[in-house]
Amino acid sequence: MSSHSNYNPTNPVEKWFDERLPLIRFSKEHLMDFPTPKNINYWWTMGAVLAIVLVVQIVTGIILAMHYVPNIEMAFDSVEHIRRNVNYGRIIQGTHAVGASMFFFAVYIHMFRGLYYGSYKAPREILWILGVIIFLLMMATSFLGYTLPWGQMSYWGATVITNVFSAIPLVGTPILEFLRGGFVVDNPTLNRFFSLHYLLPFIIAAVVALHIWALHVPGNGNPTGVEVKSNADTIPFHPYYTMKDLFVIVVFFIPFAWFVFFAPDILGHADNYIRANPFVTPAHIVPEWYLLPFYAMLRAVDFDVLFINAKLGGVIVMFGSILILMVLPWLDKSKTRSGNYRPMFKPFFWLFVLNFLMLMYLGAQVAEGIYVILSKVGTAYYFGYFLIVLPILARIETPKPLPNSISESILDKHEAKAAKKIQIGGEGNE
Amino acid sequence: MATNVKNDPTRRDFLYVTTAAVGAVGAAAAVWPLIDQMNPDATVKALAVIEADLSAIEVGQSVTFKWRGQPIFIRHRTAAEIETAKAVPLEDMIDPQTDAERVIAGHEQWLVMVGICTHLGCVPLGQKPDDLKGDFNGWFCPCHGSHYDSAGRIRKGPAPKNLLVPPYEFMSDTLVKIG
Ligand code: HEM
Ligand code: FES
Repeated sequence: MSSHSNYNPTNPVEKWFDERLPLIRFSKEHLMDFPTPKNINYWWTMGAVLAIVLVVQIVTGIILAMHYVPNIEMAFDSVEHIRRNVNYGRIIQGTHAVGASMFFFAVYIHMFRGLYYGSYKAPREILWILGVIIFLLMMATSFLGYTLPWGQMSYWGATVITNVFSAIPLVGTPILEFLRGGFVVDNPTLNRFFSLHYLLPFIIAAVVALHIWALHVPGNGNPTGVEVKSNADTIPFHPYYTMKDLFVIVVFFIPFAWFVFFAPDILGHADNYIRANPFVTPAHIVPEWYLLPFYAMLRAVDFDVLFINAKLGGVIVMFGSILILMVLPWLDKSKTRSGNYRPMFKPFFWLFVLNFLMLMYLGAQVAEGIYVILSKVGTAYYFGYFLIVLPILARIETPKPLPNSISESILDKHEAKAAKKIQIGGEGNE
Repeated sequence: MATNVKNDPTRRDFLYVTTAAVGAVGAAAAVWPLIDQMNPDATVKALAVIEADLSAIEVGQSVTFKWRGQPIFIRHRTAAEIETAKAVPLEDMIDPQTDAERVIAGHEQWLVMVGICTHLGCVPLGQKPDDLKGDFNGWFCPCHGSHYDSAGRIRKGPAPKNLLVPPYEFMSDTLVKIG
């Protein structure tokens, strides 16, 4: 898409530069003039929020790394030092820790948007898969970062999650020792986790660039799921969507700031303010809230299936729950993208959202009694939605008629509104 | 000429393939150190042998030692515990092992194990008198609810294996070398 720029450098220096490196032209095409459907709603603003939060994490993280010490003797104290002594350290550390939660909050909205509006369908499969890769990298990054303060939850979280790899038959233990650099989580582990925690956000940034590249080939989707047909369907990205996105970013930063200033620890776990102790496991290990649904699915498998024992089964289910998203474009074959036009899809989708929230709740409960049963039901629905519900709906559902174009759908809405007004007016006259 | 190009490998093809093969081997050899550096280093491995003095451990008491950074549970078992552990039929177990397979003959009262749950690596409770000991009066892992019996065998819960018995030998009646 290179035809939509009206960049005509007049200044000879700009012209000279443009002929050698068309950087300004590129920015204008992709960040300013990019034709964007005129009907996209607020669910389409999370991408911009995510980009900003990534920048916030990188900036605050680089600052934290100037004061943080990745050594088991000093890590815990160095984080306390940042919070108590470093100028503005309390705010910067708080922003980074809360930022991770806000990041996931935004990414979940972004992903559910995709699930509802069928954003993963052709021709956006690669765009979607890149998104799933970013999500995996985010989970890895936050897990590695959570280890760094070296509190009790840091240590035991790292122990339990690295142990997941020991479930792999035959090579499990060598892989475990390879990842930890020892027989248990220890100083070598903390050191490499710090190195990788510093690295991954930059890899995320690179994958985000690919994600946006893949976005700008077909262009944005929109709530009708009908592709752009003419210029009448679009408006330029700037100023229309830059301003709309900026508005949402400002709104998003209000709760963000509230957490940082008034409740920086509320999203974390109190046990992480106890120094790591390799000899005492906390009574109740819970991951951060944003990993809970997957943790619930890991624990839901407490039975053997053929030659797969419960431990390996749980690990397969946990990784499978994310990898299944990668093949989603080929599981949901319904031609209609948007959930707005799919009457049978809608209730199953909202049930899926509720089910995800239920799993999030269950991941924080003890693995006993009713909680285990509900976790199993929740896990079954999670996979059933992708493997059974969506493929069957694609065959049997009759979607509602689609508008001919984006502009038409907007006009129809206006006409309907106008008609309603006349009706109401008419009634009032009687 | 044309058929020659299509069917018979030429001297040039041979050179291409061998060059690529040698290059691949060289690249793999160069990458290996970059990977292997992640494995446990010499200092980590050097801590791999300890001696534990058992003389002060009373009957019915448990003590935790440290070996390779891991907790080692040593329990001086009571006669009753040994009896119950021996009486369990193998088919009741998840990872069947007789009591005799988990101790050294002549020292049955001493149970020596790595105190790490074989599920996902938490340290089970049961070393202190007032700890939870689970349904089988041994150890209980609070993380996801694994119950171990008085021989450290998994009896209930998600853990697949019995608590690991490390390599150890008795130097005297009250001194063991672990590792
Ligand atoms: C993808 C973006 C990132 C995410 C999701 C993320 C997440 C996290 C999380 C959850 C923590 C634990 C916070 C706590 O509980 O106190 C943490 C700590 C830390 N992160 Fe990041 N991080 C990101 C980027 C970065 C970057 C780019 C750096 C730069 C080197 C960095 C450096 C650090 C340091 C030094 C700590 C330890 C201090 C502390 O605990 O606050 N992070 N990170
Ligand atoms: S780690 Fe012990 S039960 Fe999961």
